[in-house]
Amino acid sequence: MKTAVVVFPGSNRESDMARALTQATGRQPSMLWHADHELPAGTDLVVLPGGFSYGDYLRCGAIAGRAAIMDAVRAHAARGGLVLGVCNGFQILCESGLLPGVLMRNANLRFVCRMQHLRVERNDTAFTRRYDRRQTIKVCIAHGEGNYEADDTTIDRLEGEGLVAFRYCDSAGNVGGDANPNGSRNDIAGIYSDARNVLGLMPHPENLIDSLVGGTDGRGLFESLASAA
Amino acid sequence: MKARVVVTLKSGVLDPQGKAIEGALKSLGVEGVASVRQGKVFDVELAGADANAAKAQLKTACEKLLANTVIENYQIDL
Repeated sequence: MKTAVVVFPGSNRESDMARALTQATGRQPSMLWHADHELPAGTDLVVLPGGFSYGDYLRCGAIAGRAAIMDAVRAHAARGGLVLGVCNGFQILCESGLLPGVLMRNANLRFVCRMQHLRVERNDTAFTRRYDRRQTIKVCIAHGEGNYEADDTTIDRLEGEGLVAFRYCDSAGNVGGDANPNGSRNDIAGIYSDARNVLGLMPHPENLIDSLVGGTDGRGLFESLASAA
Repeated sequence: MKARVVVTLKSGVLDPQGKAIEGALKSLGVEGVASVRQGKVFDVELAGADANAAKAQLKTACEKLLANTVIENYQIDL
């Protein structure tokens, strides 16, 4: 599994992501700059990390979504290559057209930074095979714009075609109500592309890979990916 | 040539910031406020002098970057 992490001006979770990828795959990811035009040959997985690319100017992820490297990322995804976007990376994937919908300001207008349970909706994808279906995992969230919105047709399609990857839930796995930290439609925390080779999610699994700091529920995602290629 | 582009949320899209501003205006005692929607204004200076060309350029700018047409409308004033 050969991985690459794209660094934009204002990214700040790229080191955490590199650590998680190295732990799971046994080799360090290539770090790519946003102005690069190509991915290293043989890249299996491209990761867009969290942060505040371009200071969240205009809209979160809007300018990064149009950076030079994104043409290469789009081509990689079109070939069936794996793409993971976390937090700001999810916002960038939506702004770049690789995933539908948009991440809006949290419904309560507050930046939310806390531990959060998620329900793994399916475990037959390259990202989740090391989890159980409907397993509840505990990771963390840290965002001000994580309120997933899309038109009704898009939401119906995501639901109908099983493209919802993770939903916000409580520790018992119940979705909805106070377990939803940001007002997302249908408690959506992450979604797949049509071919399920692109995943965007707001929570940070890369920060839950060490029992010293909060738990290891995020490891499953990276171990799934490590075994995918 | 100077142009102004106004980007607003489509009707039906929840606008929590507009709601918060609306609430603040009401709590300040500003009367008669039925609702507030927040948007963005871009003042753009264009090199050319042709209005039709300018409009086409700005339309491209809006579609490519200035507006997220999933949730936003734009209006171009020359």
